[in-house]
Amino acid sequence: MTALYELSGLSADLPLPGDLLTALLPMRKPRLNVLQDITLTLRKGETFGLVGESGSGKTTLARVMLGLAPASMGERRFQGEPLSAPGAMARLRRGTAMMFQDPVASLSPRMRVGEAITEPFAIHREGLPDRRAMAIELLARVGLPPAIAARYPHELSGGQARRVCTARALALNPALVIADEPTAGLDVSIQGEILNLMSDLKDERGVGFLIISHNLSVIRHTAERIAILYLGRLVETGPTAEVFAQPFHPYTASLIASEPNPDPRRRRADLAIRGEIPSLLRRPKGCEFHTRCPLAAPQCRTLAPTLREVAPGRSLRCHLAGP
Amino acid sequence: MTEPLLQVRDLRVAYGPVQALRGASLNARAGEVVGIVGESGCGKSTLAAALIGLPAPGATVSGEVRIGGDDLLALPEPARRRLRGERVAMIFQDPMTAFNPVLTLGDQLIDFQHRLAEPRAAKRGRARAMLARVGLPDPDLALHRYVHELSGGMRQRAAIAAALLMRPPLLVADEPTTALDVTMEAQILHLLRELRGEHQGAIVIITHHLGVVGELCDRVYVMYAGEVVEEGTVEEIYHTPRHPYTRALIACDPAHVAQGQGHLPTIPGRVPDLAAPPAGCAFAARCPLASARCATPPPRHRFGPTQVAACYAVAP
Repeated sequence: MTALYELSGLSADLPLPGDLLTALLPMRKPRLNVLQDITLTLRKGETFGLVGESGSGKTTLARVMLGLAPASMGERRFQGEPLSAPGAMARLRRGTAMMFQDPVASLSPRMRVGEAITEPFAIHREGLPDRRAMAIELLARVGLPPAIAARYPHELSGGQARRVCTARALALNPALVIADEPTAGLDVSIQGEILNLMSDLKDERGVGFLIISHNLSVIRHTAERIAILYLGRLVETGPTAEVFAQPFHPYTASLIASEPNPDPRRRRADLAIRGEIPSLLRRPKGCEFHTRCPLAAPQCRTLAPTLREVAPGRSLRCHLAGP
Repeated sequence: MTEPLLQVRDLRVAYGPVQALRGASLNARAGEVVGIVGESGCGKSTLAAALIGLPAPGATVSGEVRIGGDDLLALPEPARRRLRGERVAMIFQDPMTAFNPVLTLGDQLIDFQHRLAEPRAAKRGRARAMLARVGLPDPDLALHRYVHELSGGMRQRAAIAAALLMRPPLLVADEPTTALDVTMEAQILHLLRELRGEHQGAIVIITHHLGVVGELCDRVYVMYAGEVVEEGTVEEIYHTPRHPYTRALIACDPAHVAQGQGHLPTIPGRVPDLAAPPAGCAFAARCPLASARCATPPPRHRFGPTQVAACYAVAP
């Protein structure tokens, strides 16, 4: 297995809006640490799922991986090449694509679909003899009729807009597509269409997908391996089937148990987790999860655990849990 | 059997040419949690608005919405306003916009009790007790907070407290957990489950999420294109669905599909245009069992005492 994208010890900060004094004085501006010590390897042609609640840093991680936001520490390597190498950023942009969370907002309202999905060729100065033919081919690839090329984004349904964004992401045959909440806002009868399309594209073209979602049932069906993020740190990684069958981290276990079950025979009476995700501004000391953890011991309040391999292919950040 | 607390009869709501609700009938008894489930465009939100007598301006409404005997739609607005809060209250999907941003939570919860002839301190005490009941940590402090100072989950708890404040017999919740993360969703569902035991009335939950229905409801109405296509107990709807749409909807839910199955099932086709709805079964164009007779309105077949499905093909 070759590595497609490697992250090692990655941290990322976002600037905080300071007051007038900090803006005028030449001292360090206040920053909010969002991601901390992320080490992760995406393999070629694999679908990787990134799970976390709002405020866990999922979207920031995607932006940092695409070079849309800077990393404050650590290394990013795309296809074996560090991003700090000359010209590497350009090759990263050429070889990756993003499907944004809100498909309609990510399409220019003044551009017809045909222009929008062939714009990547112009941006990357790729020769394109017949723009119209390419637009029709890309639309066919995502199962849309040629007539869609002449439409404006507001004339598309939610499912069609998703497909158009998928077509645009695939335009330059990227090695990696990052899909941020690919089924958000879609009805359950339509979301299967998008997930099936992504899995076909993976099989036919070897596209690697990073799917970011808070919807566990979507991740469970599409991803081969998953990583769970809590307050900007990875708490558990491993093959999807194994993690769902036997979650090690207490947070992973409570996430899985929290998913409402449509089967009334399996209705739950207890509560898997209490409290809410703390603010990044007040990141708990020690293990971030200790404020809500059923296992928390005194050491968890002071000492942050590190991510360690606990079984082949499975890593865990916890002092107490394990296989 | 007692008279249902909520009776909706042949409710029709149109926005200009668009017929959003096309003859929906349903009821809810005291002590029951009733789910209304459907996908976008099925008329769920239109129904929710009609249940509290607040149809969108310009909508054409016909039919009955009886709450404890009074037809909400036939009453003049002042009488309708009196029923809201006293007999029916709503938990909205987005609690941020359901509260006034420039008043503290305490001031609003006191205002909501304006019909009670009690001293302000007593109203404040009731507001505080209700906030404590729905699990807001430090309710005294919460009374002084503005809505933007609360997290999403706390806001939804406050919205539930506001709805329960006047102890209305009918509580309508429109997508009460859609805006929340899964761990917070589980906590709000748990709270609603606890409250249903204390609350003497009926709760109507409108949602697109089958998981919410499975966790909370006793009976379910499945809606498609402005009509109720199937009703039954939650057990019947999930384990022996009759209508082809209900079956397809449950089959599509990723939580239902076994893991590792390559492709997820989908429902091919689109919801019909409600400006020109089909004369017969609205689902016929997407239905695997459809035949020529589906061009006329399907009969409502009864399966046992509680389950009804509107379909030609699934005769009992």
